[in-house]
Amino acid sequence: MADNFKAKQCGKECQKCNPAECNDGKKLFTVTVFSENQVGLLNQISIIFTRRRLNIESLSVSQSALPGIHKFTITTITDEDTIEKVVKQIDKRIDIIKSFYNDDSDLVYQEIAMYKVATQDFINLEGTEELIRKYNIRILEINETCVIFEKTGHTDETQGLFNELSQKLQVLQFIRSGRVAITKSKIERLSDMLANIEAHKMMYE
Amino acid sequence: MSNQMKGAYILMESLLKENVDTIFGYPGGSIMPTFDALYDYMDKFNYVLTRHEQGATHAAQGYARVSGKTGVCLVTSGPGATNAITGIADAMMDSTPLVVIAGQAGAAFLGTDAFQEVDLIGCTLPITKWSYQIRSAADIAPAVAKAFHIANSGRKGPVVLDFAKNAQVEMAEFNYEKCHFTRGYIPFTAIKPTQIDAAAEIINNAKKPLALVGQGVILGNAEAELKAFLEKADIPAGSTLLGLSALPSDHRLNKGMLGMHGNVGPNIKTNEADVIIAIGMRFDDRVTGDLKTYAKQAKIVHLDIDNAELDKNVKATAKVLGDVKASLPELTLKIKEAKHTQWIESFHEYEVKEDEKVIRPEVYATEGPLKMGEVVRKISEATNNDAVLVTDVGQNQIMAARYFKFTKSRSVVTSGGLGTMGFGIPAAIGAKIGAPKRTVCMFAGDGGFQMTIQELGTIMEKQIGVKMIILNNNYLGMVRQWQELFFKKRYSSTPMMNPHFNTIADAYGIKNAEVSTREELDAAIKEMFADDKPYLLIANCEEMGMVYPMVPAGETITNILLG
Repeated sequence: MADNFKAKQCGKECQKCNPAECNDGKKLFTVTVFSENQVGLLNQISIIFTRRRLNIESLSVSQSALPGIHKFTITTITDEDTIEKVVKQIDKRIDIIKSFYNDDSDLVYQEIAMYKVATQDFINLEGTEELIRKYNIRILEINETCVIFEKTGHTDETQGLFNELSQKLQVLQFIRSGRVAITKSKIERLSDMLANIEAHKMMYE
Repeated sequence: MSNQMKGAYILMESLLKENVDTIFGYPGGSIMPTFDALYDYMDKFNYVLTRHEQGATHAAQGYARVSGKTGVCLVTSGPGATNAITGIADAMMDSTPLVVIAGQAGAAFLGTDAFQEVDLIGCTLPITKWSYQIRSAADIAPAVAKAFHIANSGRKGPVVLDFAKNAQVEMAEFNYEKCHFTRGYIPFTAIKPTQIDAAAEIINNAKKPLALVGQGVILGNAEAELKAFLEKADIPAGSTLLGLSALPSDHRLNKGMLGMHGNVGPNIKTNEADVIIAIGMRFDDRVTGDLKTYAKQAKIVHLDIDNAELDKNVKATAKVLGDVKASLPELTLKIKEAKHTQWIESFHEYEVKEDEKVIRPEVYATEGPLKMGEVVRKISEATNNDAVLVTDVGQNQIMAARYFKFTKSRSVVTSGGLGTMGFGIPAAIGAKIGAPKRTVCMFAGDGGFQMTIQELGTIMEKQIGVKMIILNNNYLGMVRQWQELFFKKRYSSTPMMNPHFNTIADAYGIKNAEVSTREELDAAIKEMFADDKPYLLIANCEEMGMVYPMVPAGETITNILLG
């Protein structure tokens, strides 16, 4: 996956590149959007990415800590100049309450991946215990045909398990969620944002 | 006390609460209940039946641009709604406040490919400031209130209300509350003193400042604030196409229009100024040319109401977010009085050059076929430079923008961002209704005039006193000009076989004349302004006429062709 990132970043084949150190200015950004809980919001956001030909790498949507406010976490690869403009254009939409972007260094983030393998393959696997300890695998289901397990972590970790499994057996199904992320900084943007909104509301009343 | 009403009547009452006096529209199947209600309100609204929904939207734009009020359109679903899309996109690009109410299939039918169902919200998301589907009668009043609040505040723009048929016929309690606030939308940011201080410091240290005036000044009603600002620090100003008339044409500091077909002085000086103050403008590519070579030597101070415009095309040294109506006076307070006499005089040589090479031959021609520029000048002068100018798009637009003169603000109605041919006739209708006491002159080419020619029917029916001038060269002139300059004179699809426009005007009962000589022109202008009735003047102009100066698309703004 790290290699895939690189290929997308500069369009060149490059085996060794670390996405975080890539020097063509493009890197992975995480865009966080707080919005009203309404039909069509995803469309409003995605067209802004589409206009600039930005591929959405991952997407995760859920209710935020506040009732009625939805939170989108979107990752995309681009340069800082572009992501700044994109975020401003998202923020400008009426039904968007607040939008901002971070790079990986500002965030604690996590993804979850699930894997399905044939039970017989799993039993025949050598070094199962080692694998489970190494990747901190959690087994969710075992039946006579298949074993389903999960791993949480960064993309390279979940991908690492997939790659290792693929060398040893056939992975029947593999799925990875979008990223969920929380900022490391002390500043709580959501509360700032709501305080700001309240202040403005009072101005108008 | 119960105040139950049918949805369609709730809409009517809601529009009255928003002080709507004019509606441009066209009926159809899924908006019929609303038109039925409108029948009972014909004494309360000036309802204008256009001949096509695109005409309704452009008319609403013309109305909004001259009056500052929100333009309102009422159309049906499906094709009615898609016909309105061009006007909606145009209003989005040019920040024109519109509320477009379109019928929609009943909520129960949505998503079933019902007759005349189109996903209007989906279609218009990228070209509206806000769009909303009204699915129940109880939803109408709050949606209308929010729509008008959003359309005509902050950076103005079009709002679409997709009005499901069931909501039009269902009953609900009518209770109207104006909307002043919606979470997630803060249109009036308080001006930050730190931003004002930073901007003022740059301006106070400027030796060669240049102001770029955009439509934000007009939309913010900040013409007086602009004048005070420019005069205090003696700053020359160039204007964008849509910013024209914010400052009177003959103001000492008005150095003309910016951009591709703008005046030589302000374009050359853009790349000499040490400080550029952009006021309510967005550095459109038709203004900047090649961004890589644009004003690289200058510090940029950017005042705009839309945060997404700051740093979008040109990085600003100092940014002032907010309505220029609020920010300009604060900035004026902080800047020192100054004189930039030598700098302002340095424009003179370019003014003389442009006057000799381009302007005089164009507007004071004495022989040969009529020139577009001279027709525009003579008409402008005949109105004492006091009229509202409406244009179509192309050579007619640029010639009109260059040679029409302005004494009052809100005097230019043109399609700037989208460049919509066919904008002229319907926009002129709206402009005349929005400013009934003013003379409205509409210039179109023979091409654009035929794109919305059906609106002559609206003019006929309502006897709307617009003065229409076709600058006829039997070509799609601007495209032909590019073909001459950049496509080896291969006139692909630009020669026009035109109808006899006078016969068409006759059919609509509109007084008209056709002129090809200077004598005929003078006489026809006199006749045109003799009364306040509609008039069509066909001025047959030089076929191969060119618009100069010209900065070829994508080139450095100082690479100016003078012909």
